[in-house]
Parts: sequence; C-alpha cells; structure tokens
Amino acid sequence: MRPGDLFGFAGSALRGHRLRSTLSLLGVAIGVASVILLTSLGEGARLYVSGEFLALGSNLLIITPGKNETTGGMPVALPTPREISLDDVDALRRRMRGARHVAPLSLGEATAKVGDLVRTVGVGGTTAEFMPLRKIRLRMGRYLPAGDDDRGERVCVIGSRLQEELFPGRNPLGEALRLGEERFRVIGVMSPRGTSLGTDLDEVVHVPVSQALRLFDQRGVSQVMVELRSHEEIEAGKKRAVALLKERHDGVEDVTVVTQDAVLTSFNRILALLTAALAGIAAISLSVAGIGIMNVMIVSVSERTREIGLLKAVGVTAPQVLAAFLVEAALLSSAGGLLGVAVGVGGTRLVQALYPSFPMEPPGWAVPSAAAVSLSVGLVFGVLPARRAARLDPVAALAGR
Amino acid sequence: MIELRGLTRVFEVGGRPVHALRGIDLAVPDGEYLSVMGPSGSGKSTLLNLLGCLDRPTSGSYRLDGRDVSELDDLEMSRIRRHKIGFVFQAFHMVPRLTAKGNVELPMVFAGVPPEERSRRSEAALSSVGLHERMDHRPDQLSGGERQRAAIARAMVMGPSLLLADEPTGNLDSVSGGEVIALLEAMNAGGLTLVVVTHDAVLGARARRQIRMADGAVVEERRAPAGPLSSPARAAR
Repeated sequence: MRPGDLFGFAGSALRGHRLRSTLSLLGVAIGVASVILLTSLGEGARLYVSGEFLALGSNLLIITPGKNETTGGMPVALPTPREISLDDVDALRRRMRGARHVAPLSLGEATAKVGDLVRTVGVGGTTAEFMPLRKIRLRMGRYLPAGDDDRGERVCVIGSRLQEELFPGRNPLGEALRLGEERFRVIGVMSPRGTSLGTDLDEVVHVPVSQALRLFDQRGVSQVMVELRSHEEIEAGKKRAVALLKERHDGVEDVTVVTQDAVLTSFNRILALLTAALAGIAAISLSVAGIGIMNVMIVSVSERTREIGLLKAVGVTAPQVLAAFLVEAALLSSAGGLLGVAVGVGGTRLVQALYPSFPMEPPGWAVPSAAAVSLSVGLVFGVLPARRAARLDPVAALAGR
Repeated sequence: MIELRGLTRVFEVGGRPVHALRGIDLAVPDGEYLSVMGPSGSGKSTLLNLLGCLDRPTSGSYRLDGRDVSELDDLEMSRIRRHKIGFVFQAFHMVPRLTAKGNVELPMVFAGVPPEERSRRSEAALSSVGLHERMDHRPDQLSGGERQRAAIARAMVMGPSLLLADEPTGNLDSVSGGEVIALLEAMNAGGLTLVVVTHDAVLGARARRQIRMADGAVVEERRAPAGPLSSPARAAR
C-alpha cells in the first residue's frame, strides 16, 4: 500500500465525521497552545531577570562581610566579627589588579523630611564610582563628587520618584533634605530606572559613604562592588579580592564574594524549574486531549465496524487496518498540534505587542517538542482503538457485531 | 477448484458447543455455478464464510486451487481474499463517505495499485455493471440495485476466481434483483466460480448445481437439467 493512499483513506474517514474530528482536534490545539504560552511566560520571566542582571554588568563582584558558604543568592549582610572598613575598600581600589571600579555600599533606612513632607527612604552610602559601576543616569544635576571616602560632604542624589514626591513641581537642586537629624543638600536627581536587584533606585537617596556610616552608626560597609575589566577575570578577581582582604584581616577569611554568574545561575535554575512546572501543568491538558482523541477513535471504530469487516473481506490485512486507524489518530493530533503552535506563537506575539517590556518568548525546545508530543499523543492514544479495529473478527464485523 | 473434506465448525455459545457444520465434503470445480439453500441456522452462511477465508474450520480441510488454506495465518488469508475471492453481501456494505468509484477502488488502494491504474480499472469495472454514469455518486445517492451492482464491480475489480454471494437479492425489488442475478451469471459465464447462498428457492433453482443444507450438513444435492435458463428477471420474482 502506498503511504499517500494511507493518508488519503485516513483523511476521508476524518472528513466523514467532521464535527467530532474538529472538536478533538481543538482539544489538542488547546493543549499545545497552553504548553507554548505557559512556557513562554516562564521563559519570559527568566529572560527578564537575566536581562536585569546583565544590565548590571556580568563582570561584577559583590563582596559582603562574613563567611558564607552559599554559592548564589542575593548578597546578604550578616553580622560578622570584622567589618569591611573604608580602608579595606581603599585597599581594594588601589591594589586589586583588573578592577575597573570599586564602590562601597552602606545600606540603611532613614526618615526624609522636606518642609512638611515626610517619608521613609532607603539610603545608600557610596562613592562617585558607583555611578559608572551601576550605569546610573542623571535627570539633572550631578552625582556624588569624587574625593576622599572618609570626608564626604553632606550632599545627596535622589531617585526620580522622591523628587516628584518631596519636591513636587520644584527644582530640587540646591534644596535641603533632612535625613534623620542631618541636613543634606540635593545635588542631583537620578533618571527613572525602576527596581533593579531588589532595590528601587527611584526611591533611594545616595549620600557619600562616610555620611551614611555616621548616620547609621556603622563601622563597616554593607557590601563592596567591584567591576572587573573583563568577564574572563571573574574567577581570578574573586580569588584576588578574598586574598587581599584575608591579608588585611589578619589572615582570617571572613568575606563572601558573590558573582553575578552565581546569582544568575541560581535564578536561572529557579526560573527554568518554574518553566518546567508550567510545562508540566500544560502537559496535563495535552494528555486530556489525548484521551479525547482516544474516545473519538473508539467511537469511530465501533461506528465503522461494518466498514472494517468489509475492508477485511476485500483482503485488507490486520496491520493495514491498524496503520489506517493510527494514521487517522495521528493526523487528528498533529493537525491539532499545528493549530496549537499557531495559536500559541500568535498568542505570545500578541502579548509582546501589548506589553513590549516583558520579553515573552517560547523557549527553543517548546515549539518542536509540543509538535512532537502532539503527534505522539495521537499515536499513543490511537494504539488502543486501532488495535481494537485490527483485531475485529471479519465475520462478526460484517454483521456489525 | 474447491475441495472440502470433513469440514466442521463448532462455535461456543454460552459455554456450550454448537455444531454449525458437521463434516462437509464438497468439491466445486472451476467455473461452477453452485447455490446453497437451507433455512436460517442450517450452516450455509458459516460455509460461505469458510469458503471466503473469513473464518477457519474447527476440523477438516479446505483446499483452494490445490492449496490447503485451513491452516493459514491471518496475513495469508487476507492475501487469498484479496486476490482470489470476491464477496457480494445482502447489505451491499458500501462505505458511505466514498463515491461508487471510491468504493470500487478500495481493494486496489490497500493492494498498492497505482492511482492511474486504479482509476482505469474501477471505471472499466463500473462500466461493465452499467454504472459508468453514476460512478461519482455516493451510496446514499444510489438505488439499492445500483449499490449492489457497484458492489459487484468492487468484488470483481481484483480479478478473483471465486465469487461468493450471500443473499445478493435479499434487499432488492424484483427488477433490481433480476439485474443483479443477470450480472452475477454473466460473470460466471465468463469463467468465474459462483457460489450463491440463498433461502430463495427460485433463485437457488437457477444454479446448475444446487445443494440444500440442514442442521450443518448437506442433505440434498441436485443438478439443474441442461438447457436454456429462464430470464433472470422472472427468477428473482
């Protein structure tokens, strides 16, 4: 028998019960479309997060005080017997090879007051180098001045939303802002950037690091960010930073260096897991669709019992009957799969058109595997009905039994 | 050439054996016109199914053209049905979604005959049963007689040597039935072995050789006197 004829025969059988075929085909299409849409969602989240990290620079080291054995995760300031002092930061800046920028960051919260307006803000104490390091853009004014870390002026750079809230309709440059009991002069406003790495840069006040330490009564900084000249140096840079601080801390290794790679890897792992979980949920709907196909095929076999009897009488072999019904099921499910791919891909395009900022994209494996799975759904769930057809006794089948 | 020796067929019904055929001995030479008559339950349909390789005997042997076919596996039985045997059923058994031509092509489709040849042969077969004009009609657009004629074309299209007809006029009026009988007899006249199972005594009496069955055994056999047969239309009445 010619393959084309097999498909032709199966196709004519499907056209014979159009409504039923269409409905079970839709079941597969919905399953496949949901696999693609849900995995696109997960993959989109992953891309979004890794995009955020890449914006930070992939050759960034974050050094936090305290020995921490984690390989990834957000840098967390842990209580530690020995802080990272401003002298340590200075040593890193002067002596660490391959470092392009080194910036300390001292984090805390304070009450900000401008006239009658009061609100709690996040305060980041840092230096001029933080600007190129975090690629900060300014809406107006300038960033923190360069100079001795120990002797910062009482100036501050504020986030764009703070400007809008604390200085509504006014130019904040040169105005005073109270942080706790201290008065700071506003010298710059950052451009809107949104949340990056858990910090909303639009709602933060940056002050010279020495001022922040004084404000929060801290002796050491929360973290030090080191931007290396190249991504290739990241492992070497990590070792150098640890060695340098170990030497300065009397031979005690009491810092943790986290790279963006490590953070990114763990995020990627979590989000890939999320994508897989979503794919699993969608796969359930595919298997429901498979049962739908099985049902349709079983109905088809019992409805066409006499036809199967006739086929056997004219010399069609049992394997040919099996093949004809399997092809029928496979046609049904792969047509559904194609429709589902079209709807799924179209759906992700639509979401992208509506929300361009969210990168929703089906992962590379999703479309081919959805198509392959839909085909095999037809084959797997078609086996039982097809075998039932192939095994029919010709005499009984001709009698419609 | 059909040779049956001690052919029996026992069914299990409700755990009890039912003897549908009890040791049939029969030889049918090529080109024979044989009718099998008898009341329902006499075993005539079981005999026809065995002759058509749709079923296997419980014991005894069936030699078709010198080959013992009672022990063949399913695939070989299919092959014999495909190439040697044509069936005509009381209920026509047309595939409803296919045209008359599509139905006639069906055995060739599964036998791997190329499309052009299929088309040519099916049109020739339909012409030979007088349905050339109606070949693109679906079964529900054809009369009963036309359907049965298309079924005969389908039975003939693979060039079988044995034509088995099970109550071929059972669902037809006398005029259509007469046409169908005329066609079957014309095929027989062309050299084909024709076996007609019927409980219609008039139809059965047209065959050159007639056997009567009762209770799973051949109880009577006779040969029609030589001479011109009466017209088919009258016979089917």
